[in-house]
Amino acid sequence: MSRTGLRDRYNAWVQHHRLSAADSMLRVLDNPVSSAMTWLVIGIALALPTGLDVALDNVSQLSASWDSPAQISLFLQDGIGDERARQLEQELAARPDVAQTRFVSRQEALEEFRTLSGFADVLASLDQNPLPHLILVSPAGSSSQGAAAALRQELQAYPDVAQAVLDMEWLQRLNSLMELSRRLVLAVGGLLVVGVLLILGNTIRLAIESRREEIVIIKLVGGSDAFVRRPFLYTGLWYGVGGGFFAALLVAASLWFLRQPVSELALLYQSEFRLRGLGIMGGLNLIILGGLLGLAGAWLAVSRHLVEIQPR
Amino acid sequence: MISFDRVSKRYAEGHDALREVSVNIGSDELVFITGHSGAGKTTLLRMIMLMERPSRGQVSIDGQNLATIGPRGIPRHRRNIGVVFQNHRLLMDRTVYDNVALPLIIAGYDHREVGRRVRAALDKVGLLNRERAMPVTLSGGEQQRVGIARAVVGKPKILLADEPTGNLDPALSAEIMQLFEEFNQVGVTVLIASHDLALISRLHHRIITLREGRLVAGSKT
Repeated sequence: MSRTGLRDRYNAWVQHHRLSAADSMLRVLDNPVSSAMTWLVIGIALALPTGLDVALDNVSQLSASWDSPAQISLFLQDGIGDERARQLEQELAARPDVAQTRFVSRQEALEEFRTLSGFADVLASLDQNPLPHLILVSPAGSSSQGAAAALRQELQAYPDVAQAVLDMEWLQRLNSLMELSRRLVLAVGGLLVVGVLLILGNTIRLAIESRREEIVIIKLVGGSDAFVRRPFLYTGLWYGVGGGFFAALLVAASLWFLRQPVSELALLYQSEFRLRGLGIMGGLNLIILGGLLGLAGAWLAVSRHLVEIQPR
Repeated sequence: MISFDRVSKRYAEGHDALREVSVNIGSDELVFITGHSGAGKTTLLRMIMLMERPSRGQVSIDGQNLATIGPRGIPRHRRNIGVVFQNHRLLMDRTVYDNVALPLIIAGYDHREVGRRVRAALDKVGLLNRERAMPVTLSGGEQQRVGIARAVVGKPKILLADEPTGNLDPALSAEIMQLFEEFNQVGVTVLIASHDLALISRLHHRIITLREGRLVAGSKT
């Protein structure tokens, strides 16, 4: 009876795949409420890290478009007079790689410090101003961090300059904050992916349990493990694909929800910033990822539970 | 065809299901296996389809020692054997047609061939007009005949039946036995476990009798 040609076998294999896929789909759709719950759970679990990732992308896009990412503070030598300092400021402003300069005299700096720091009493007790003259220099053009650092080197070499400090700390802080967030998103994403696998594994386990007698009968009449496995793998695939689709929907919906206030906020800052979404490819990737997770979860459940079911 | 060579089966809890059973069954035979429940009838059948392995001794079919068939070879082995169960074991959520078609789908037949063979098998057991029915709507005797159609649809060389008439009245039982005889006449080796002595002694076939796992009668034709 098992004398069938290779071609027939291939056709039958394809046919059984088609049959299993359709049958599993019908079974999933037969219980719309519980299937939708599974889809939603998977969708939420996938949407959380995806949404955070999209948010981070937007933030990094925003920080990349920031004008003049750096500012160089030049603290002048003690004993340099107002006159000389202003002259130096003019010289610097004339440089092609400098966009803007601002001179803060020692007196201005002291005033500012007095009002801002709350050390007014302490400062009043000093008999002379401890602060140096300051020139703030903004590098020209789309100065990268490297260019700004090079400019700082050059400015440091001026004899009148005591110290040149590149104010990039906030940028570095932002960058390390972004890096930290990215890692957090990865960690949360990893955990949720494991969660999705477990949810799918459990759903498939229940499906296997409810069809135990059928599995026994199929094994009794000579169904191979692959034959028994196939419909359950498809069930997992459908749950995963549906979950990925829901996740894409959820992310798109939350972005749509945020779009209006974000562009209003951007307008207030006179920025052209627009929220970037997942895009079609991102959505497709999410659905594919869901499908792969579905297959993997089903495989986990099937390889654990189908072996246990043997004809008695 | 089927040979048992000093086969013993001892379960983990120490119960001996079969003790030193040796018997040969020819390919053209219809053989009844009888004995009280627990005498080892079912164990004998289960060994042929590799649901059970002997503790000692050897079972072979067509000269092939079944011990050489590993777990991955079991499905292929079972496709060459038709089995009828006492409780039918039908898929209750599938039609009669789908139930009978199952072995052919598993074996990978083209759907036209499946249709042809399923109808031939249903015709043989007299249920051609019920192919769209669900098993629950059938009587016990009809369900058993669906089970028989499923067992023979793949044209196996061996047909096993475990108490196939267990829940049926005498008239239906005789009908079912007649079906088995017909399959035997076209060259199928048939083994039927049954304790219905009144019925099987009328049928003039070899009867193998087991008592507490030992073969007490019927080892020779």
